[in-house]
Amino acid sequence: MSAATLAGLTGTALVGLGLYGLLTDPHPLRKLLAFNILGSGVFLLFGIIARKGAAAGFAADPVPQAMVITGIVVAFSATALAVALLLRLFQETGGATLNPDAPAKTPGADG
Amino acid sequence: MLAIALALATTGGGYLLVLAIIVPAIGMLSSLVIGGRHAERIALTLMPAGLGLALAIAVEVWVTGQPLVYIVGGWTPPLGIALRADGFSAVMLVTAALVIAAAGYFARAGFSTPPELAEKRAPLAFWTLLQALWAALAVVFLGGDLFNLYVALELLTFAAVPLVCLDGRPETLVAALRYLLFALFGSVFYLLGAALLYGIYGTLDIVLLANRIAAEPRVAPAVGVAAGLMTAGLLAKTALFPLHLWLPPAHANAPAAASAVLSALVVKASFFLIVRLWFDVMPGLATAAVTTVLATLGAAAILFGSVLALRQARLKLLIAYSTVAQIGYLFLMFPLAIGGHPWSAEAWSGGVMQTLSHAFAKAAMFLAAGLVAEQLGHDRIAELRGVGRAMPMTVFAFGLGGLSLMGLPPSGGFAAKWLLLQASVDSGQWSWAVVMLAGGLLAGGYVYRVIAPALASASVAVTAPVSRRREAVALALAVGAVLLGFAPAEFFDLLQIGRPVATVALQ
Repeated sequence: MSAATLAGLTGTALVGLGLYGLLTDPHPLRKLLAFNILGSGVFLLFGIIARKGAAAGFAADPVPQAMVITGIVVAFSATALAVALLLRLFQETGGATLNPDAPAKTPGADG
Repeated sequence: MLAIALALATTGGGYLLVLAIIVPAIGMLSSLVIGGRHAERIALTLMPAGLGLALAIAVEVWVTGQPLVYIVGGWTPPLGIALRADGFSAVMLVTAALVIAAAGYFARAGFSTPPELAEKRAPLAFWTLLQALWAALAVVFLGGDLFNLYVALELLTFAAVPLVCLDGRPETLVAALRYLLFALFGSVFYLLGAALLYGIYGTLDIVLLANRIAAEPRVAPAVGVAAGLMTAGLLAKTALFPLHLWLPPAHANAPAAASAVLSALVVKASFFLIVRLWFDVMPGLATAAVTTVLATLGAAAILFGSVLALRQARLKLLIAYSTVAQIGYLFLMFPLAIGGHPWSAEAWSGGVMQTLSHAFAKAAMFLAAGLVAEQLGHDRIAELRGVGRAMPMTVFAFGLGGLSLMGLPPSGGFAAKWLLLQASVDSGQWSWAVVMLAGGLLAGGYVYRVIAPALASASVAVTAPVSRRREAVALALAVGAVLLGFAPAEFFDLLQIGRPVATVALQ
């Protein structure tokens, strides 16, 4: 098995694990972690594509690598925003759940 | 080859595309840096400028009859990034500028910082985020590179999510968090699809990619997988049934001005990209099976969203579920407008018209609902009896918006649904026509549920009267939705400029 195939399978496994967690886990923090695992799988895939596109004296195609860096920045900002929302939710309600009935502090709100 | 050469060189007026992006971006950054008291003034000053730029782009596209192109930094794709504006982009830019300006003017009452008061965080956040959202929308409508569009979509999400929970109530935080998780799921799927496409074709520029895909006798199965992943991700962001779960709580709990922008524009941005993907990038892959699946989901959204709207107890939730239903209409254009059939142009105009008229009508209705909620202190539909007497202009705005949603003449909604109906009859796809008519009846039902008690002769307890000017803003948007129904033939010519079928035929 070549290194690229191994990396590809690892990426696939990460995407699968992340997707499973994102869809099945009810807790928002775990969903967020699952999103990050899923994202890592996608970034790994970009790495393989960069390797595949190696030409003209480059060890790897630099464009996908630039995309991965941007993608990491975006995923990091998304995670930071989600964590900030979660923390605020925890401060307001004493819990962090997406169940709409759980924040019982405001009666009459059916949002 | 002519089309490629045109798409890879800066055209006259191309600098307008750059300005359309950097004006709101400068506004956002300077609002954040200069701070609270001035943020509102910066935003409200730049909005007319942005509107002027959007109109200039629309005129330039219409006069030249060609999409505008700007090659950023002079680096041609595939290495560089192109900005492009066709007819659809131009009208979306103008709509975005109008709705954002209206929402901004409307929001002055809630988010201003008068000189005698201390600065607060909410107004600064609101004005900064509103301009950030505007800049992101401009990039989405003008972007010519699928990865650049990914970044634009993420910027849009990061601006839209905090707008949902601006007042910090727990239920808005839950709604925002759920919205963010759906959006992240959507964007990572989109990114995965983009990665696969780059791996196969070595470019993400829309025109180059379209040409490389069209040049292949048999496309690799991975292209289909990529298209499926990207579409699934974008559908989650567009809130097409059954991925709509996040939308009603998020749109119903946001401040009225934010709800208007979210429902009118933000969900349309990801829809715009689905159109780009299937019409521009891979029209050859949009087989009957694909378009039927999209339109069936749309039909389900129309019926399901409308029925749920009929059952809501709160006005803003009713309007939010109506958005779920109206998004469904957008997807009926896929089986009707793909390909070079005689009815395709009609269906394309109908789909674009639905995007525009829903934007105006829904923004007007959310602003009207916000005024009702402010004036009465609640938005329970059961207790709206007599509100038409207390605030006739607002109820009239809501009614005009409803007229467009139902698809009654004269309104933009009528023009949109009429074009789509005609296309479905001409193409022999009757089932979509039946769904559209049923959706119109159901929309009539949920609008009647609000208008009938509002016009009853009773008196309501007014807690906080609202200003006439803000009522006029809602009414102006509703009148905009009606005026679209009177659009001249030239307007439809503009919508057809750069319509993907024409470019494919050129190659």
